[in-house]
Amino acid sequence: MEVRVVNVRKEFERFPALHDVSLDIKSGELIALLGPSGSGKTTLLRLIAGLERPTKGAIFFGEEDASQKSIQERNVGFVFQHYALFRHMTVADNIGFGLKVRHGAARPRAQEIRRRALELLDLVQLSGLEKRYPAQLSGGQRQRVALARAMAIEPKVLLLDEPFGALDAQVRRELRRWLREIHDRTGHTTVFVTHDQEEALELADRVVVMSQGRIEQVGTADDIYDTPNSPFVYSFIGESSSLPVKVENGEVWIADRPIGLEAPHAPTGEAVLYFRPHDVDLLDGCSGCIAGTVAASRRVAGTRRVELEIGGERQRVEIELPIDHPAAQKSRVAFRPRRWKLFPTA
Amino acid sequence: MADPEIKSYEPHHESQSAAVTESRPVRITLTTVTLVFLGIFLLLPLIIVFKEAFAKGVGAYFQSLGDADTRSAIRLTLLVAAISVPLNLVFGLSAAWAIAKFEFKGKAFLTTLIDLPFSVSPVISGLVYVLLFGAQGLLGEWLNAHGIQILFAVPGIVLATVFVTFPFVARELIPLMQEQGNGDEEAALSLGANGWQAFWYVTLPNIKWGLLYGVLLCNARAMGEFGAVSVVSGHIRGLTNTMPLHVEILYNEYNAVGAFAVASLLAGLALVTLVLKTLLEMRYGPEIAATRGH
Repeated sequence: MEVRVVNVRKEFERFPALHDVSLDIKSGELIALLGPSGSGKTTLLRLIAGLERPTKGAIFFGEEDASQKSIQERNVGFVFQHYALFRHMTVADNIGFGLKVRHGAARPRAQEIRRRALELLDLVQLSGLEKRYPAQLSGGQRQRVALARAMAIEPKVLLLDEPFGALDAQVRRELRRWLREIHDRTGHTTVFVTHDQEEALELADRVVVMSQGRIEQVGTADDIYDTPNSPFVYSFIGESSSLPVKVENGEVWIADRPIGLEAPHAPTGEAVLYFRPHDVDLLDGCSGCIAGTVAASRRVAGTRRVELEIGGERQRVEIELPIDHPAAQKSRVAFRPRRWKLFPTA
Repeated sequence: MADPEIKSYEPHHESQSAAVTESRPVRITLTTVTLVFLGIFLLLPLIIVFKEAFAKGVGAYFQSLGDADTRSAIRLTLLVAAISVPLNLVFGLSAAWAIAKFEFKGKAFLTTLIDLPFSVSPVISGLVYVLLFGAQGLLGEWLNAHGIQILFAVPGIVLATVFVTFPFVARELIPLMQEQGNGDEEAALSLGANGWQAFWYVTLPNIKWGLLYGVLLCNARAMGEFGAVSVVSGHIRGLTNTMPLHVEILYNEYNAVGAFAVASLLAGLALVTLVLKTLLEMRYGPEIAATRGH
């Protein structure tokens, strides 16, 4: 099922949580809403689910306007951050709940409900635990039961709120791979919220980066990482270094020296230069480069992070060197970013 | 850095737990004081109630319980409890639901109001109804003109009892429901349940022990309430006397066996409540512990 969010605005007690957000989700896509806390990602997810109503704008499921439909009518599978499993029901009863509360002819027979529950339990690899209660399960197992319960109603869309947020790192990684497998097998249109960029970039077909109630960028992991379209995305996703610069005559300057970067289309004036610490060329001599005094140097796993002080204002930037690079021993290092981006200072 | 800290923590922890354990004489003294206090103020009166009730033998005991006025008092008390406890079950549930699950203006004020019956003297609660429904009261004339008798009749007693016992269910449920939040209900709705199904299959099972506990306390108080009921009842023998009022009347008439026989029933009710409460706590300890407000 294709989902379109059209110019949605959401206010809580006149305080805007989302400003004019639009988003197209393709059928069968696995999409991540990524952002820091307070960015509005969970609000957007809850709006799609129908747990909240938009203040303005509309949400379409396929061609149908779902904005005024209740959550029951929307038929979405929602997996809550803390699972919200019914603690007084067994695993099988939890999974079968969505079928049990159906009315009339839509409600399958008890035997059929049980069969479906066991089938789903098998899908989430928890066969044999159907008689357990939620309290008797580990966090990862509860997460799987919550997903099976959401899938039992054959939802048009699967929505997951911080699905791995409460789990430890090892289980997270395992479940991430497993969720991808399940998605590929069942083909549900799936939206999940996360603040963990590694999770978003690894798992999702496309990532929606959000900040302060707005969508900053939508794209594949490669798009987002390689061509961030705003300072926020640049600094939020991955490591980044930034320096205040000036653009003159299509060249980038730091203080009174050009640094050998051509920017023919950039507007003249103040700007901020962003680059990745590992994406730099080290230079011997310096005619047109960024040079700085080594202020700190530390070993991080397989590389060395060097913090440089640049120019008279002593702006600090970080770059990454190979562990055995001779430049690491020097007190002055010259480099030029290989890939970079300029954002004019507003 | 972290390691030595952890190592130094453990012996410290042990010495701390040794430090909070009092010496033997102190422990014995504290235990004795508690037991003596409980013995004098709780156990002894209880024994006396039953001793006095059976002072003239089992026959006299049952004979005084068989007295028409006494039977009428018992019937009235059961009737009042049977009306006011279900009412407060519904009121308490609605109030707790509103306070725990929604945000609205004046919520703090409503929460304070719910506690009001606990903080106001029961006699005052009764007087309020006299001022409201009495012959010279605010609604007295109108009620009189329409032939509706509230004061010195069963409706007045029920009203006073409902007022006094209102907080029990609500106060058991509010902290419990606040702690549980909306997550389970939202999950039920997202799975297609309607509001009633969400309440019946999800909310109610989540709060049932707290609810039962509240109802138990509410019932004990409804049957035992004296002050408020005394003001509005009019003490008409065989008509508007509840068990606690009847105990007082019998006692004032020097009918010790009768008074204590009825008192023994009330004491028995208290004991049954206690036993049920203890059984509930034993069986569902952790669940109920989280629900205890007092």
